[in-house]
Amino acid sequence: MKGSGNGRALVELVDVAKTFDVSPPLLNRLLEGKSRALLRAVNGVDMAIARGETFGLVGESGCGKSTVARLIVGLYRPTRGQIRYDGKRIDNLGAAPALRRNMQMIFQDPYASLNPRWRVAEIIAEPLRTHANGDALAKKDIEERVGGLLRQVGLAPADGEKYPHQFSGGQRQRISIARALAGRPAFLVCDEPTSALDVSVQAQVLNLMRKLQRDMGLTYLFISHNLAVVHHIADRVAVMYLGRVVEQAPTKRLFGFPQHPYTRMLLDAVPDLELSGKARTAVAGEVPNPLSPPRGCAFHPRCPYANERCRNEIPKLKPARGWGGEMTDVACHGVEEGRIPARMTLHA
Amino acid sequence: MTPLLAVDRLRVEFPTRHGTLVAVDGVSLSIAPGEVLGVVGESGAGKSLTGAAIIGLIDPPGRIGAGEVRLGDRRIDNLAPEEMRRVRGREIGAVFQDPLTSLNPLYTIGRQLVETITTHLDLSMRAARRRALDLLGEVGIPAPERRFHHYPHQFSGGMRQRVVIALALAAQPKLIIADEPTTALDVSIQAQIIALLKRLCREHGAAVMLITHDMGVIAETADRVAVMYAGRVVEVGPVADVIHRPQHPYSKGLMGSIPSIVAEREELAQIEGVMPRLDAIPPGCAFHPRCPCAFDRCKKERPELMNAGATRSACWLVVQ
Repeated sequence: MKGSGNGRALVELVDVAKTFDVSPPLLNRLLEGKSRALLRAVNGVDMAIARGETFGLVGESGCGKSTVARLIVGLYRPTRGQIRYDGKRIDNLGAAPALRRNMQMIFQDPYASLNPRWRVAEIIAEPLRTHANGDALAKKDIEERVGGLLRQVGLAPADGEKYPHQFSGGQRQRISIARALAGRPAFLVCDEPTSALDVSVQAQVLNLMRKLQRDMGLTYLFISHNLAVVHHIADRVAVMYLGRVVEQAPTKRLFGFPQHPYTRMLLDAVPDLELSGKARTAVAGEVPNPLSPPRGCAFHPRCPYANERCRNEIPKLKPARGWGGEMTDVACHGVEEGRIPARMTLHA
Repeated sequence: MTPLLAVDRLRVEFPTRHGTLVAVDGVSLSIAPGEVLGVVGESGAGKSLTGAAIIGLIDPPGRIGAGEVRLGDRRIDNLAPEEMRRVRGREIGAVFQDPLTSLNPLYTIGRQLVETITTHLDLSMRAARRRALDLLGEVGIPAPERRFHHYPHQFSGGMRQRVVIALALAAQPKLIIADEPTTALDVSIQAQIIALLKRLCREHGAAVMLITHDMGVIAETADRVAVMYAGRVVEVGPVADVIHRPQHPYSKGLMGSIPSIVAEREELAQIEGVMPRLDAIPPGCAFHPRCPCAFDRCKKERPELMNAGATRSACWLVVQ
């Protein structure tokens, strides 16, 4: 499973950007002299997700990670750039439907993502009906398949007769997973799938997702703000800050030898269960307003190593030689110029 | 030393058409002056209700059915609403999860602070204003003089939570009840708020009851921790012992299910099943249907907290 994309990537993003126009209405602009406002939610992201891997995407609220998810599954169209699935473009509507069947999405809130008026069996069967390729499946086949899916996610086939409100949060997330798997997808986009769940239930869902990946050879894009969860489940991780990827590396390397000052800051901010007594470095400042991001590197106002170049020039994501000579993709002038002290974390 | 807060066999119940639901069932806790007690548990374990019962904020028809709450040597669970309001704020401060709901959106934060200060302390408006500005500076709000006149919506989530902490500390209470104070915040902001809460409570000598589902926050902040399950305390002890050498099978399962950024684990420990609903709490030990070590006695008799190593655990295995 661990691999850095030998051969062709299953999902590929090339310089993808998504800009939302959040300008005040035209009349207000004319009368009150307000200007146009553009929110660059995703601003030139390159990413390649290999077949069979779990690609983790982390960042704080508003960094654009959910927008990336929505762009990939086609809920938004990119303002710029290309998204490819198995080498074929899926960012334009024309080619999409047949390819889109291969990807499904799991959402954060299992209370909002299931129709409360439908029985669970109907919910899970819906993708079977809509993606049936024209030839309707026999009722009996659908029933059988739904029963099988329920068993796969650890529920009983008889649970199909119940309504979503009769299940707990964790069980509902299992239902969401069963629905996502109904169309036999190869690729699942999971947007904070366990963030609304209690830890013991989160463990059940994470273990289930791993098992399904092993059994069915699935590829995951796993989005979370919880670094420990991503550390547990992902093979490779990308860290986003204000619409850009700032660092990307195999999980072990990213957590063991973080390069970008923001990545280091995030890792330092995670509460330490080992009670090692290390003081958490309180990080000054907050994420800037994305409507008026800082010039140059978006992280420079919070970065202890920022200099003139950081304030003016946007750093590109480039391979940098990290600890032990291994390469990590980092977008930081400081790392490139070698003026950021090397550091090993406790997490190695 | 007499505890600052002593909760004794507290029971919170909700009468319904189908009988009385017991959400907090015989919880006993104590907090020493200046101590940070963590209360941890999953949704529905009764941790927030325990906190709400202590500050007298149980919404009817919910009620305290039995037990008592003492603050110092004074019983506070049977006070009249008017008296309780004076205790709240003056002697016990509160910080809740969502800072936006604890602040009035129609008033500037300066006005809210001054109002809280003059309600509880005998100060002139001028002195109250000065104190409010000092507090804002203390909780790390830049340019307090300017921010004084701003409304809650003009602050970011982390800044709002700082304002709420300033409000909670305004009357210099001896105890702060913090219910999920960092849950709505991003990790980097969470670290700032936890550091702030710790520093201020140390400086002001206030004890804290920190209610959260996040073991990481507890590990960093608390001196002792109580683990709750289905309305009961199942284990209580020094934080290092409960995290590294938990005695109760539920605490063990809970600790094992937390993913870590340090350890490499193929599988997370898994507690099968879910916490029972309030109308279907099993007899005996409430955890027995999910417990890998349950035996006959667990199904019939309810275990009380017993000494088990460095902690106290409500489990029959201790005397087995």
